[in-house]
Amino acid sequence: MSANTITLTIDGMKVESVPGRSLLLVAKEAGVDIPTLCYHDDLKPEGQCRLCMVEIGEPGRTRLVNSCTYPVEPNLQVETRSEKVLQARRLVLELLLARCPKASRIQELAKEYGVYESRFKTDDPDELCILCGLCVRTCREVVGVSAISMANRTPGKQVATPFLEESEACIGCGSCVFICPTNVIEYAEKDGVRTVWGRRFELQPCNVCGSYIAPRAQLEHWARLTGDPVESFFVCRDCR
Amino acid sequence: MPKMQSVAQLAEYRKELQARRDPNQTQVLVCGGAGCLALGSAEVAAAFREELDRRGLQAKVALKSTGCQGLCARGVRVLLRPQEISYQNLTALNAAEIVEETLVKGKILDRFCYQDGDGSLKAHKSKIPFYQGQQPVVLRRLDVIDPESLDDYLAEGGYEGLSQALSGMTPEQVLDAVERSGLRGRSGGGFPTGRKWRFCRQAAGEPKFIICNGSEGDPGAYLDRAVMEGDPHAILEGMIIGAYAIGAAQGHIYVGHEYPLAVARLRRAADQARELGLLGEGILGASFSFDIKVHRGAGAYICGEETSLMNFLEGGIGEPRNRPPYPAQQGLFGQPTIINNVETWANVPVILSQGAEKFAAVGVEASKGTKVFSLAGAVNYAGLLEVPMGMPLKQVVFDLAGGLKDGGRFKALLTSGPGGGVLPAPALDLPVTFESFQEAGGNLGSGSMVVMDEGCCMVDVARYFANFSYEESCGKCTPCREGTKQMLEILDAIIRGEGTEEQLGLLEDLAAVMTGASICGLGQSAPNPVLSTLRHFRGEYEAHVREKKCPALVCRPLLKYTVDPETCTGCLACVRECPTGAITGEYQEPQEIDQELCVKCGMCHEVCKFEAIKVE
Repeated sequence: MSANTITLTIDGMKVESVPGRSLLLVAKEAGVDIPTLCYHDDLKPEGQCRLCMVEIGEPGRTRLVNSCTYPVEPNLQVETRSEKVLQARRLVLELLLARCPKASRIQELAKEYGVYESRFKTDDPDELCILCGLCVRTCREVVGVSAISMANRTPGKQVATPFLEESEACIGCGSCVFICPTNVIEYAEKDGVRTVWGRRFELQPCNVCGSYIAPRAQLEHWARLTGDPVESFFVCRDCR
Repeated sequence: MPKMQSVAQLAEYRKELQARRDPNQTQVLVCGGAGCLALGSAEVAAAFREELDRRGLQAKVALKSTGCQGLCARGVRVLLRPQEISYQNLTALNAAEIVEETLVKGKILDRFCYQDGDGSLKAHKSKIPFYQGQQPVVLRRLDVIDPESLDDYLAEGGYEGLSQALSGMTPEQVLDAVERSGLRGRSGGGFPTGRKWRFCRQAAGEPKFIICNGSEGDPGAYLDRAVMEGDPHAILEGMIIGAYAIGAAQGHIYVGHEYPLAVARLRRAADQARELGLLGEGILGASFSFDIKVHRGAGAYICGEETSLMNFLEGGIGEPRNRPPYPAQQGLFGQPTIINNVETWANVPVILSQGAEKFAAVGVEASKGTKVFSLAGAVNYAGLLEVPMGMPLKQVVFDLAGGLKDGGRFKALLTSGPGGGVLPAPALDLPVTFESFQEAGGNLGSGSMVVMDEGCCMVDVARYFANFSYEESCGKCTPCREGTKQMLEILDAIIRGEGTEEQLGLLEDLAAVMTGASICGLGQSAPNPVLSTLRHFRGEYEAHVREKKCPALVCRPLLKYTVDPETCTGCLACVRECPTGAITGEYQEPQEIDQELCVKCGMCHEVCKFEAIKVE
């Protein structure tokens, strides 16, 4: 045991870890799965969905924290399926089920926790966006262009391009579409044109085989990042 | 104005200022607080100026516009010194008469005097119960200084605290004094100030930052505003002392968007302090440098939450961060940061100038010092007041504020707005402390207190704050974003007469998770008004849900207006007022209200001279 190892208790089990890692990851490695909606290994955890709440502290003096950002501490006592935790998870899912009754990911998770219907009111039964923010964070942290962001406070909160207009920063890469857990982002490809977030992107065909590589705008973005001439990206992976 | 190179030089300058002032000089101090400004205090001051000039008295009589003089329900107020006469309900038209009768002839003008419940008139400030019962510390200079004059501040003992701190005290000793004083945060959290400072001092990382949270978002709270507008240097002095104690080089004051005058006053005060060498490099000749920047917010309540505030200052979106890490370890720009409320900062110089023991001698065991309240609602004398911790709430409401107005009966006290709770009548026996309010389900919080009488509906009050929380919720986390919306939906349904018993239980389930699982204080405390009204006034909710009635006769969809055929004279006054033509009948015969057409506006009830319109 290295000098830098600490011990904590998760669901009655003694677990070791280096300090500073999140409860979520340490628990996962110990075989304890905690559900998440807004967590992704490649993104900085934001603690938005509140599904990953766990109960920490001495009995009688506990509180709920979100495991995706809470750092492990020596001698921490953690319960991941206590009554209080389950109550919170169920209600969060019940709220999301009211917001997006047709979102299959939510329906799945809710069923797992015994929530089959919601006592809360639904505004738009076709709403699919659970406002998890994965698309926004992906665009900011992985793609690096921040073409979309969260707009407004709670009344009318939505993922949007600036002023709901075509985003000049968008490169049409579709990473947001890929990462979305409820498939809500509109995306279409037809006749060499990809449409996403209301903007049309010309797809660049491969110089060799002719199949489409990516939107030209995306290749131009790569060219800006690497400093290479954009034409060097006009050959697809298979033909290289 | 030369820069002060030492504590001694500043003391010398202060002594000169005080020597030049005649304590017996006649002064006309016109209240320039928010309420009085709205009532025309600038015109009142101008009228006094004109009259004094006309009589050639401008050299003999000092005229100033001060900060808030506290008894806001009777503005515009004027304090006359040295007699300490406090006149109220003034307009510009009264200035000439007051100069003539009171200043020149020494006569008291009855109609500008405070009137007690038994009809007796009180002219002198020390005899007015509202002022008599107070122990002003944070508010002590507000009615006597010109907020734009550094000389006034200095002459009233300003920067003595800082001088103490920089007269041979180490930062550690300053921190120790704040710890020993027992000062607890005045924003609502009540966290021991000294302890928070110690965490920050111990945290690794340079530079460290100091922040003053001047957002004061709670509707009804305006005490921080009064201090920022009326005694801005007090805040600066507190922050400079704090910076010295924890080793910070930069300070930021965040002022709510709604307070442009406070922004201007604080910036001006900072400029004045800089000029005198109290901000900037080498303060008072010590090897300690610190400066302050004043920021104006953009109007979001959530930015009063400390981590959202920091995100705002960093140029980001006003949304909270997850904690840990806490600001004392990683705050503004990831650096160790102390963030305190305006009232907290204003108390700091007092601890240093008086000494920690003297400060701790006021108040009770776990709640030291004084607390400022903005008291409003169904009381006779609403306004800003400051009382020692431990004073019975009953004394504040009935002695200082003159009890319920218009013969009303006390129903509840709303504390601290959207995150606070209601306290029912038994709570009047509680002392004003952090603990007692918390146990009773209220919250000392921001200091806003609204007294409610029988004419207030508790469901309506809960709905008002549920709507506020819904509009101000940032929307980052599910429990608060979806929860505030659903809470409002349920309350609206109850008020419309569509509520069910199950929904009361649903409110409680929702509240439990919002409190436990929201990222920040807004979501965690948004259910409080709902929970506390349910706890203390469940019968009222049940009446709305079971009988579809509003006992307080407030919730319009549940009201029913009818004409009493016994008393109706058929004068048709109500018929003329009715916007939907719902009232019909022959002239001089009893009228009838068609319930289908009636929109419950209540105009008929208002205009009927015979009390023939019944509402239930």
